[in-house]
Amino acid sequence: MPATGHSEGLEHLPPPSETVSPDGSAPGYSARRTLGLRVEARRQLTRRRTQISLGFLVVLPFILVAAFSFGEPGNGNPQTALVDLATSGAANFTVFTLFVSSGFLLVVIVALFAGDTVASEASWSSLRYLLAVPVPRSRLLRRKLTVALGYCLLALVLLPAVTYLVGGVFYGWAPLKTPLGGTIEGSELAVRLAIAVGYIAVSLLFVAALAFLVGVYTDAPLGAVGGAVMLVILSNILDSITALGDWRRFLPTHYSLAWTDVLSSELIWNSMVRGALWSIGYSAVLLAWSWWHFDRKDITS
Amino acid sequence: MAARLRSRRILLPLLLVVVLAAWFAGARAGSSAATFTQQNLKVSGTPEADGDPVDLDATLYLPEHTPAPAVLLAHGFGGSKASVAGDAQDLAERGYVVLTYSARGMGSSGGLIHLDSPDYEVKDGQRMLDQLAARPQVQTDSSGDPVVGVVGASYGGALALMLAGTDDRVDAIVPMITWNDLRQALFPQSTKTGGTGVFKKQWTASLLGSTLIGSGGSLGTTPSADQLKNLAEGDTQQALCGRLAKDLCQGYVQTATTGESTDDLLDLLGKSSPARVASKITIPSLLVQGQQDSLFPLSEADANAQAIAAAGGDVKLYWDTGGHDAGFDTEPLRPVVADFLDSALSGGSLAGTPGFQVEVASGALASDTTAPTSQLRTSMLAPGVPSRDASGRVRESSAPLTRMKLSGAGQFVLAPPGATPAAITSLPGAGALLSALGSAGSSLNLNALPGESATFQTEPLAQALTVTGSPRVTVGIASSAKEATLFASVVDVDEDGGTTLPSQLVAPIRVTGLGAGSTQDVTIDLPAVVRDIPAGHRLRVVLSTTDQAYAMPQEARLYQVSLAGDGMLTIPQARFTVTDAGSAVPWGGVIGVAGGVALLMLLFLVLHRRKLGGRPDETLTGTPIAIEGLGKAYGDGFRAVRDLSFRVERGQVLGLLGPNGAGKTTTLRMLMGLILPSEGRIRIFGHEVRPGAPVLSRLGSFIEGPGFLPHLSGRDNLSLYWRSTGRTADPYLEVALEIAGLGDDVDRKVRTYSQGMRQRLAIAQAMLGLPDLLVLDEPTNGLDPPQIREMREVLGRYAATGRTVVVSSHLLAEVEQSCSHVVVMAAGRLVAHGRVDELVGDGASVAVEVEPVSKGAEVAKTVAGVDEVRVVDGVLVVRADLQARADLVRELVQAGVAVSRVAPSRGLEETFLALVGEEA
Repeated sequence: MPATGHSEGLEHLPPPSETVSPDGSAPGYSARRTLGLRVEARRQLTRRRTQISLGFLVVLPFILVAAFSFGEPGNGNPQTALVDLATSGAANFTVFTLFVSSGFLLVVIVALFAGDTVASEASWSSLRYLLAVPVPRSRLLRRKLTVALGYCLLALVLLPAVTYLVGGVFYGWAPLKTPLGGTIEGSELAVRLAIAVGYIAVSLLFVAALAFLVGVYTDAPLGAVGGAVMLVILSNILDSITALGDWRRFLPTHYSLAWTDVLSSELIWNSMVRGALWSIGYSAVLLAWSWWHFDRKDITS
Repeated sequence: MAARLRSRRILLPLLLVVVLAAWFAGARAGSSAATFTQQNLKVSGTPEADGDPVDLDATLYLPEHTPAPAVLLAHGFGGSKASVAGDAQDLAERGYVVLTYSARGMGSSGGLIHLDSPDYEVKDGQRMLDQLAARPQVQTDSSGDPVVGVVGASYGGALALMLAGTDDRVDAIVPMITWNDLRQALFPQSTKTGGTGVFKKQWTASLLGSTLIGSGGSLGTTPSADQLKNLAEGDTQQALCGRLAKDLCQGYVQTATTGESTDDLLDLLGKSSPARVASKITIPSLLVQGQQDSLFPLSEADANAQAIAAAGGDVKLYWDTGGHDAGFDTEPLRPVVADFLDSALSGGSLAGTPGFQVEVASGALASDTTAPTSQLRTSMLAPGVPSRDASGRVRESSAPLTRMKLSGAGQFVLAPPGATPAAITSLPGAGALLSALGSAGSSLNLNALPGESATFQTEPLAQALTVTGSPRVTVGIASSAKEATLFASVVDVDEDGGTTLPSQLVAPIRVTGLGAGSTQDVTIDLPAVVRDIPAGHRLRVVLSTTDQAYAMPQEARLYQVSLAGDGMLTIPQARFTVTDAGSAVPWGGVIGVAGGVALLMLLFLVLHRRKLGGRPDETLTGTPIAIEGLGKAYGDGFRAVRDLSFRVERGQVLGLLGPNGAGKTTTLRMLMGLILPSEGRIRIFGHEVRPGAPVLSRLGSFIEGPGFLPHLSGRDNLSLYWRSTGRTADPYLEVALEIAGLGDDVDRKVRTYSQGMRQRLAIAQAMLGLPDLLVLDEPTNGLDPPQIREMREVLGRYAATGRTVVVSSHLLAEVEQSCSHVVVMAAGRLVAHGRVDELVGDGASVAVEVEPVSKGAEVAKTVAGVDEVRVVDGVLVVRADLQARADLVRELVQAGVAVSRVAPSRGLEETFLALVGEEA
């Protein structure tokens, strides 16, 4: 027996309001209140992919600790590659984890958060109902991008924070040993790590903008994330072709490891400033493109 | 309108392209489009000793504007004029006349290699100067001489020095990574005790040895034509020597065989050394030397600098991070060289520029592979190089010294028989590799082998220091033989004992006159390096008996090495200002990016403003929907809707009826602002519909299926949707949920719902907040009959509250039963519009199935109150009121006509089919 609804409740409804606002909107509606950040944050946080991604970042340090525990105990020879130093203390463990995850894991997570946010709404068809609220289109993009970037940042802070704590518990709180033989400790260490995370965030801004743009174009969330990651990989491949010479500097991922400059005894900004400029520049263009396209797009999903 | 739209569509991508282009242009700033021309020349060089003429292959680059100062550009050993083409083009673009040529014995030039001999190569250089002097494009100074600078690296650098010391037409020189005294370079001796040092066999072999086969330069696999000719003529010696002059060749072969220098060879090397003429150089000189250079270490440039400065030349020193070991790239140095030449040749002043610039490798983990990050540190004065102040007085400049106490008892070390195993510090060509191994403080310690090395060590440094130059130490040496050969170095030892040999350099010493228990104290000039030593590290002096790169005594020896003198390690430290080329902020880029971003934002704001506005039509504020001349053509040219106009008034339940593909959904999407009309307009309560128009908040919609977050429950979906509208009014959530009728399922996740449940939830969502206008697209699709009936009730009751409902459907019955008004569409056009009962007709039509039909029709026409009798598809269709229908049936039966069925005729369907049929 299929359930049916009941419409008796409609009998006693008040007639439509006669007061009309000058812009013709319904009572209580204001474009500025649509799709609040907290609402959007909750919409995204309740999704499995958000929970799994963030959860994985929390679990990753433990996996690394477990993996390192398989190794033979050191034979006393001081080793200096990042991986050899990884277990020498919380700081080195953190730097190592950032090093191995910034190239791909964080790229995928950022592409997921930023690329999937609009595309998944399109694939669920909920996008048209949001636009029918109406959430103005550019506001929708702004809110979605803000929340997506917020989650990216959360992921970027979560990983080193958890890693540092886990590293500290398992390997002690020794100061950072750089591969060049120096040590960095105390407040200087905190500043260096903050700069590293900050730079990674800025350099991944490009990935976010790229994924966002693809996500605005496509209705398939997988296409948005995969497309963005594929373009990042393409850029990495081109970057490894030395025949391109100086042209490689224009590749958006060329400076992606520039944050490792914080490991030198004196802080070197050279690559980081350039990398940040390229990333911000590319991001501005890609985001402008997203806005331009979405503003004119016929929503047919 | 369309044209304006199109132009705007082009405008934005165009602007984006412009911004991007400006961006790239900014990024490549400095690569100006200056042009130059080039021509190949054949210059006759100095003939060989036997009178054979020698042609030199040269290229002249002429800049855009002449006359201009000239640059003679010489290449490195084994190269040709082609290897400096990039530098030549760069200088030509900067406005210099540039002359490059392949040195004799190399490239396409004829003759033999005499190793920068004053009798051959230097004279060739003078002939090149003659060439420049004869050209009107070359600027001349007051005395009629050409204004010319000589630039070259390695082999070419020594030529620059010797040419400057020989010919006073040269006005400035930039010798790079070159030698001062070839005897010291190839037979280094790092103490002041004198005597010939230790043969640098590997480097010498890779330089001179390579010319023995092939045409000079890299090792060839086939002998040159000349060699074959020499072989055929029976001159086996010259055939063996390839393009190396015979005297040099013989000396080298003998030395390489025995490991001992011959006087003839030393004489030849001495003649080929700038040391001989450096004291005659009085012109501005920029000496670039590499830190990773075991062939021509920094000390060679220092010797040149001291000699030139003493003679009165203005000397600038530049210590590059590269060198013969790590590879030397002139490209990053081009601006440095050009700046120097600009000042030195164009009469500018060099007084303000620093005398000493040092690149310090940052040791960053290679984030930028094309140019390793390095820091530039500068000092006005080079240590140990006298300079002239403004009044022309010569000032001695010495680096401040730090002295550190070394400790370590006297040690016995073995020089193994056959000099095997030997320590490995540098390998010509593979230096970078070794350096990478070494600088990582790797446990692979090849620099010093146990039993073959003596070490003395300082205490950990209390504060960081920077070694800039050559540290010194004094040791006492005793030997089991008459001589001792040792390789001294300073190693950076970190807290954990990891060692790094800076630049992989060692300083060889050869002490003679030993034996019979006598000990000799020698002061060793340790390798000149630049290195930051952090606090806590120690410095360790290592004296090793072996080094792979040098010729070593073959017999076994035992040395005793102990600290002597004051037992201190003396470390030079230049005082630097860190100009921080490594951290320079590219302001152009910053401004460019900031400007670009600001421009994009401005553009966005302007375009956004333009979209706002549009005053409401006051006469229509009471009309829920007014559509005028609406049309939509998709990008592929398909016109889904054309010229559609109709109105919907308050309280109506409007049915939008049409077959699939009639344009119903497109119209509704335009009504919701989801797609943009290509012509015409839609007004809702007088306000024109655009994407995001506030008036859309009065419209509740369900279109083309539900859209929910599948991971949330039905209730959460509705409440989150309401929260996302930001509205404060009562959503009437309970009323909506009652209509959805989901019961307890409302708290299950939407992904578990059936199609019908989602559909009902979506209709409930459309009703949230009781919109004044409710738009439902095919609302009964997927519902079962009781639910469809209920839905009909809902729509009726909703409209009864004074609100308006629009329902689209392709099912006639549905519209007929639930709507008060109807709009019929077909192929994108409006075909009918009006009240449902008007379209159906006021009198009801009745279809009567009778047998036989013709007789039935006869009878029907006679019945009072029945008009318009037709036969359609074998069925009798009449218009008759209720009374007349009863009469009709009775009359038919009485007339003997069999009546099998009496039913209302599908009035609207007829109309619909007729209308649609017309269109089709």
